[in-house]
Amino acid sequence: MDRSVPGRIGTTLPPLDVPIQTLPSPELLRNELEMPEVSESELVRYFSQISQFNFSIDHNFYPLGSCTMKYNPKLNDEMAGFPGMSEIHPHQPEGTVQGALQLMYELQRILAEITGMAMTGLAPMAGAEGELAGMLMTRAYHLDRGEPGRTKVLIPDSAHGTNPASASMAGFEVVEIPSDSNGNTDIEALKFAVGNDLAGLMLTQPSTLGLFDTNITEVVQIIRNAGGILYGDGANLNALLGRVKPGELGFDVIHSNLHKTFTQPHGGGGPGAGAVMVGKRLVPYLPTPVVEKIEEPNGVARYILGKPEKTIGRMGGFHGNFGALVRAYSYIRTLGDQGIAQVSEDAVINANYIMSQLKDVYELPYERTCMHEVVLSARKLKRDYGVSALDVCKRLIDYGIHPPTMYFPLVVEDALMIEPTETESVETLDHFIDVMKKIAVEAKCNPDLLHEAPHNAPNSRLDEVAAVRRPDLRWKRSSANIQ
Amino acid sequence: MLDAIGVDSASELFTDIPADLLDPKLDIPSPLSELELRRVIEGMARSNAIPGDYACFLGGGSYRHHIPAVVRQIASRSEFMTAYTPYQPEVSQGTLQAHYEFQTLVCQLTGMEISNSGMYDGATSMAEAALMAARVTGKQRVVVLESVSPYYLEVLKTFCDAPGLEIETVPDGVSEMAKDSACLIVQQPNFFGRIIDLKKLSDLAHSAGALLVVACDLMSLAMFKCPGDYDSDIVVAEGQPMGVAPTFGGPYVGIFACKQKYSRQMPGRIVGRTVDSDGREGFVLTLQTREQHIRRERATSNICTSVGLIALITTVYMASLGKRGLQHVAESCYHKAHYAASMVADIPGYFLETDAPFFREFVLECPMPPKAINEKLLQYRIIGGLDVSEHVSNGMLFCFTEVNSKEEIDLLVSALAEIGGAA
Repeated sequence: MDRSVPGRIGTTLPPLDVPIQTLPSPELLRNELEMPEVSESELVRYFSQISQFNFSIDHNFYPLGSCTMKYNPKLNDEMAGFPGMSEIHPHQPEGTVQGALQLMYELQRILAEITGMAMTGLAPMAGAEGELAGMLMTRAYHLDRGEPGRTKVLIPDSAHGTNPASASMAGFEVVEIPSDSNGNTDIEALKFAVGNDLAGLMLTQPSTLGLFDTNITEVVQIIRNAGGILYGDGANLNALLGRVKPGELGFDVIHSNLHKTFTQPHGGGGPGAGAVMVGKRLVPYLPTPVVEKIEEPNGVARYILGKPEKTIGRMGGFHGNFGALVRAYSYIRTLGDQGIAQVSEDAVINANYIMSQLKDVYELPYERTCMHEVVLSARKLKRDYGVSALDVCKRLIDYGIHPPTMYFPLVVEDALMIEPTETESVETLDHFIDVMKKIAVEAKCNPDLLHEAPHNAPNSRLDEVAAVRRPDLRWKRSSANIQ
Repeated sequence: MLDAIGVDSASELFTDIPADLLDPKLDIPSPLSELELRRVIEGMARSNAIPGDYACFLGGGSYRHHIPAVVRQIASRSEFMTAYTPYQPEVSQGTLQAHYEFQTLVCQLTGMEISNSGMYDGATSMAEAALMAARVTGKQRVVVLESVSPYYLEVLKTFCDAPGLEIETVPDGVSEMAKDSACLIVQQPNFFGRIIDLKKLSDLAHSAGALLVVACDLMSLAMFKCPGDYDSDIVVAEGQPMGVAPTFGGPYVGIFACKQKYSRQMPGRIVGRTVDSDGREGFVLTLQTREQHIRRERATSNICTSVGLIALITTVYMASLGKRGLQHVAESCYHKAHYAASMVADIPGYFLETDAPFFREFVLECPMPPKAINEKLLQYRIIGGLDVSEHVSNGMLFCFTEVNSKEEIDLLVSALAEIGGAA
């Protein structure tokens, strides 16, 4: 808005080719519209300039634990860009969009196959919406069986914040279950919490500590015997692709973050997609719509949008984030059966490599083989030199590396969760390891350097407290604007 | 690397997994090269009837507008596209500044005080508005007009059932509201394209102590008075018309704006302007204690990843068209829809309701079921309107935008006449 000059416009407009019609009564019409007035070149320059202030996967390494910031193959974007994929309208008669429905159907089948489940729902538009769908299906299942008293959902203390938030939105009471000293679900605590008010357990496998929960078989037994539903948070699916099927481990429902495991570009905060896969008992409750295939007598297949028998309902205005589904499908067909299994192997090797090189420099809370991510702690640096996980993260920025996930999971003090993903070369990992070692030395010799980091970024540390105290959430004509 | 880790083979890294379940067979096709994949997907794409090849008159929540080339160019910059959620502000100023612009433009268009940086889509925005109204007022009843989109109503039900909110559907002419109502939800224009009396509904809601939630058509706001002018408490919308291709339904972006005093109850991410330790201006995510990563089960919403890139797309579109462009597009939609209405009103067998003003959509009562008409229209290479016969007898909802040329509209009219005549 600062750059607006009255009369300018950033595009060309087609002339009106129909006769002018009578306008509605003036009291319905708008008198004043304040919107930008800039030329196209100014617009391009502005956005191009501010884009330079961003880190991005194409430019920087993002060892963000739990986010799976893997490289986004450009082919997937091109496939989603075909007019036949991007121009089709969601209300078109099914007979005119068979190609799109076929893609969705095949994706449904492939995701169910990878996770060892019976059926997939593609409607949820992000992981958290997938979680909500899973929780609502759990609720519907118990209500259907005449068990409204099942009001509690058990969630590990290491869980991602969306888990309890989703359970809450589905009307459940959340009970926190601690992890044991090996980073697994604490079985005794679990047994204690389980009663006949149990609706289910939400479990991330591997856990947010990057560790495969080896108590899984017992956990499944306990939950099954108590009549509960086992929900799987599939954010860490990158570790399990082709290695083991969550359905075979005993999960009743699992969501997958297509923007993590199946490489949707993160877009600065989305879009994503949160496909939800279910075992037989929950199939009738899937969110609507799902794609069904009808085999005609002449052998030709026809695809339609169907409504599951006892559906929990619609999760969004239309069929799901189709643009994201095209990209995920394109990625999976590129990897194929061999590539899928290779992903988890490389991801796990990369994470273990980092762990082996940094465990003597930072603290390793759990002395175990990790999966696709490793959680370290900056606790030693805090104790000895007053340098926190936050300081380490901000200093990494000076080296051109995006900080790892910090202060999560909550069960580790000054946590640094590092997930390299399978798409990084050993050279990149070695560079990261070197930098982390350097920072540990800087912590000892020059802690202020870290306290005041970053020094080389477009901004130094931003005052988040002031942002809350004096909210400035939009441009206003009266405010003085310094660019 | 395996040496450094201290193992002889990768399989030693997977010993935690039960051995009998390890390395299952995957019934998935073998890998495809880029060339082969292109053939497969292009084949699927081409087999669809593509608006553009066909004249298309569908609306009903998703709209076709011309998208200036500059929009796709900027949105596909890898700095925006492959960036992460801006939790580390020092390395995310591009994303944060773009979202601050988005919030600004949403406020200016809707006439509201504050906005968040996007929800999944218009339907879930509306559902979250109901949940927010319940939080703000402490009441459990959600009153909604029956002329709100049936798709949005379904999503509302999905979100409101579990927390125990009661949904009451009322006719557009409702004159009374229960005192235990948290909100009155209306759609402007309504799902059937008609402009509703927002002044009357605003007074009704507020005198019952309820919040007014308006689900609006953003493009109409370039021409018609905005919800902010009617003392609306929460405004939601589908951001898709602002530069997002129909993409078979998603990803889109949910607009969510409200009065400043409700800021702490608003769901989703919010970007705020501040300064850094050197006094330079910068942007950060703010009021984060509302969100799931901090508040967990007491968060305002479970939303985490939303639609950052789509918010950017709409920002560039709105900035590119700007004041004059948006007015021109909105007026083009209006004149084309009214031109079409005047032509179809003359076709025998078809009936057009004229009880209220409309913007760019209207319902036409047809001489036979819409499904049959649409099948025949395909032969003219026309994708016809939305079948709304569940709500209006043999009703079809037609939409007209600046991308429908006069030739296309005339072709539609003559096709409808021929089809109706043959009935």
